[in-house]
Amino acid sequence: MFSNPDLQKLLFGRLTLDAVPLHEPILLVTFAMVGLGGIAVLGALTYFRLWGTLWRDWFTSVDHKKIGIMYIVLALVMLLRGFADALMMRAQQAMAFGDVEGYLPPHHYDQIFTAHGVIMIFFVAMPLVTGLMNFVVPLQIGARDVAFPFLNNFSFWMTVSGAVTVMASLFVGEFARTGWLAYPPLSGPAMSPGVGVDYYIWALQIAGIGTLLSGINLIATIVKMRAPGMSMMKMPVFTWTALCTNILIVAAFPILTAVLALLSLDRYVGTHFFSNDLGGNPMMYVNLIWIWGHPEVYILILPAFGVFSEIVSTFSSKRLFGYASMVYATVVITILSYLVWLHHFFTMGSGASVNSFFGITTMIISIPTGAKIFNWLFTMYKGRIRFEVPMLWTVGFMVTFTIGGMTGVLLAVPPADFVLHNSLFLIAHFHNVIIGGVLFGMLAGITYWFPKAFGFKLDDFWGKVSFWFWLTGFWFAFAPLYVLGLMGVTRRVQHFDDPSLQIWFVIAAFGALLILCGIASFAMTLVVSFIRRDQLRDTTGDPWGGRTLEWATSSPPPDYNFAFTPVIHDHDAWWDMKKRGYSRPLHGFKAIHMPKNTATGLILGILSIIFSFAMIWYIWWLAAFSFLVIAVVSIGHTFNYNRDFYIPADEVIRTEGQRTALMAERV
Amino acid sequence: MASHSIAAMNAVGPTGANPVDSSAFYDAKGEHHPEGSTMLGFWLYLMSDCLIFAALFATYAVVGRNYAAGPSPKDLFDLPLVALNTSMLLFSSITYGFAMLEMERGYLARCQLWLAVTGLFGIAFVGLELYEFQHLIHEGATPQRSAFLSAFFTLVGTHGLHVTLGIVWLVTLMVQVHRRGLVPENKRRLLCLSMFWHFLDVIWIGVFTFVYLMGVLQ
Amino acid sequence: MSAASNAGHASGHDAHAHDAAHGDHGESHGSFKGYMTGFVLSVILTAIPFALVMGDVLGNDRLTGLVIMGFAVVQIVVHMIYFLHMNTKSEGGWTILALIFTLTLVIITLTGSLWVMYHLNTNMMPMHMHTR
Repeated sequence: MFSNPDLQKLLFGRLTLDAVPLHEPILLVTFAMVGLGGIAVLGALTYFRLWGTLWRDWFTSVDHKKIGIMYIVLALVMLLRGFADALMMRAQQAMAFGDVEGYLPPHHYDQIFTAHGVIMIFFVAMPLVTGLMNFVVPLQIGARDVAFPFLNNFSFWMTVSGAVTVMASLFVGEFARTGWLAYPPLSGPAMSPGVGVDYYIWALQIAGIGTLLSGINLIATIVKMRAPGMSMMKMPVFTWTALCTNILIVAAFPILTAVLALLSLDRYVGTHFFSNDLGGNPMMYVNLIWIWGHPEVYILILPAFGVFSEIVSTFSSKRLFGYASMVYATVVITILSYLVWLHHFFTMGSGASVNSFFGITTMIISIPTGAKIFNWLFTMYKGRIRFEVPMLWTVGFMVTFTIGGMTGVLLAVPPADFVLHNSLFLIAHFHNVIIGGVLFGMLAGITYWFPKAFGFKLDDFWGKVSFWFWLTGFWFAFAPLYVLGLMGVTRRVQHFDDPSLQIWFVIAAFGALLILCGIASFAMTLVVSFIRRDQLRDTTGDPWGGRTLEWATSSPPPDYNFAFTPVIHDHDAWWDMKKRGYSRPLHGFKAIHMPKNTATGLILGILSIIFSFAMIWYIWWLAAFSFLVIAVVSIGHTFNYNRDFYIPADEVIRTEGQRTALMAERV
Repeated sequence: MASHSIAAMNAVGPTGANPVDSSAFYDAKGEHHPEGSTMLGFWLYLMSDCLIFAALFATYAVVGRNYAAGPSPKDLFDLPLVALNTSMLLFSSITYGFAMLEMERGYLARCQLWLAVTGLFGIAFVGLELYEFQHLIHEGATPQRSAFLSAFFTLVGTHGLHVTLGIVWLVTLMVQVHRRGLVPENKRRLLCLSMFWHFLDVIWIGVFTFVYLMGVLQ
Repeated sequence: MSAASNAGHASGHDAHAHDAAHGDHGESHGSFKGYMTGFVLSVILTAIPFALVMGDVLGNDRLTGLVIMGFAVVQIVVHMIYFLHMNTKSEGGWTILALIFTLTLVIITLTGSLWVMYHLNTNMMPMHMHTR
């Protein structure tokens, strides 16, 4: 580009035109598709004149409902990327036997499995969980928003920035080839000198800030903003699990931040934390990252447990069996999740005493989890069960997750783990609990709360199709991996020699295609439901015969959620209200105090992308400059004292009047 | 924690409520205002920060004796300097306390004065730390020399970075207090910074005991 | 101390009825006496460990180490009470609960890491233990 290499280095760091991988045909196709898709979306937004709405009502919104929905949209978009990676891996492993090399060279395959793991955990599962909690929790506790509405918006944009950073690695440079936890020394400066690991580090650090802040935000919301009468033991179970999840987030993510910071120091400054020489100790990285990593597992699964608890009691038309035991089980899991991290590296050699301790603590966790399963079963027992789509996901979860949990207990036995460690058995196990638990839970939750968010239900037929494809697809895709794992096949392998294994990989690939159909059907559900939205309209605000407070308000809820703050007498608050002949207040509305929208979060998010990009490519001037701008914008934001406004009483009267008319129309 | 709700509950009584009296189910007068969450939220942030330091302390504890045939704490640490540095932080703590007392009494100028003094002590602390670092690096004890030094510079440096951030925040707040006076928002912010500042003190107790004093012992 | 600060709250409510009323009060901001007590205690609790180490008073490194760690714990508690105004009542007990939870995790992280890493080093890096 420049004749003077020094000048080029000063201006662009290590970024050159070669960094754009134009020589890789697969990536070229991806470029083209992303490019065309992007143009189509931008064109549609312009054509339908949606930019203004998007900016005013969504991007700059501090409304927890909008932010929750945006989190889920982000997660679903990233799911497509993460699942594309999965399909590519399945295709590669199904064909690359003997003389056939497959279509993915090792350096590309390694990036794909790393990206798959990182994206699925950090940018699919996490935003799904955070999004659902954001949307549901304030409604369930009768609050008008979260405790720190601006921070909520900022957290969301930091998560988006992390996702954008990961996606950028597809088009400029490369992603890490280290596996999703980037163990050193492989991820150290000597073995991974490229930008891949730096993309990994900065994407996770930025998204991590967002996750941590939203964790603090939701804890403060749940602790401080519950409606009058809602004592801790009257909180809905989903709110309880959300509380415990966010406690885990606030307590675990700092460790991730610290360990990634140490890794970046090794890479950028040349320190010796995790190097093999001068006193460094790579095993310390593994130790620290799993102190974060194990609680992370429970961060994902606890809200799913909460979703299932809500759904089971709603669709069995019964009070949840063993509410108190459910709460205690959740709390016990929260605490125990900090005492099991070593089971991820039994084979590293800490010896019998250490391994036994962590093996036993791991097995103990299955007790409260098992208690939950029984609670759900007893809730269903003698209930009037309606097998609508959310309930299907729940039953599918109970079967699938129980099996996944049992293979987990198997892996918790150190001698068994010595055989199965890093094998496909492990891969099958954690997909069994993450897909069968977290993903089923989130899809159930989306189906369950969709009418609340948008005012119409999701189409039943396509929802069922999606469920059955997912369930069968899951078992076709992962049951073979259990078999292969028991045969001793290890993970992250790009090519095989033994042709007798191929059939299992072909079956697994077939399963992946079924899941693809499941995803397509889910997309179809959204499209069909949107077209049929008038028939599927929910005018009552309570389409399922719900039990908790979010069903007391309209669908979609007004900006202020509740015209009057509800007063709670029972833990199934809305059920209690219905049972005792509650009628909606129609008079006496007052102006409502609400937070103002702001674009600061979005601006800081964009600046963070620039900053991380500059750090990744060693463009020091840009890094320093963008950091400075971030500081100025952040400090500048604190000079704005005018952050709230009142929704005038007239507007509240108008909104509530519309709802009254709507409900009357129905009758 | 549920004290704010008791009045509302007593007004109707949870069990004896008339089944048609819907007003038992909402706060018709708009009396319910959630308590402010800032202090709790900020405290939770401090707890998370505490865990960042826990990870750094754990790393120091694990690799802190890997000198790689390089200098050890005994060769490097200058305890009188650390004692001086510690006193800077301690003084800044008490002066911040005085600023808070003046804030409570509503004396703006005195509050600002004590804040300024606190900031100066903070700057002195960071200055002394930078002097120490520069001295160590000059002697060849760089963060790249050994795992011990990597962990030392990172742990102590992270604390120093926090203090620096605290100083920037302090200056920002002084400008805001100057502009708007001791309005509730500013008081709340000063309280948050107070917690942050004293929290850094607590971390420093760990640093001087665990890193400096115990380092010299071995 | 708490009585005085409660009185402070009451007047605070009147002065700025809205924001601070349901705002972030409910905890004491300390008093001159409290701050001075904390300060004097901290000076003492800092000075003694420094003196013990610099003067090698106890003549036994291991014992000195334990003693100064004890002093550190006491000083942390002093700071928590007199400077951070920790008590079981502020924010409805949530701050102390969060603190206890965090301290538990800090202890798990520190002792757990040391325990795990000690065994790993012993088993996996025998050379390492000698060369140090």
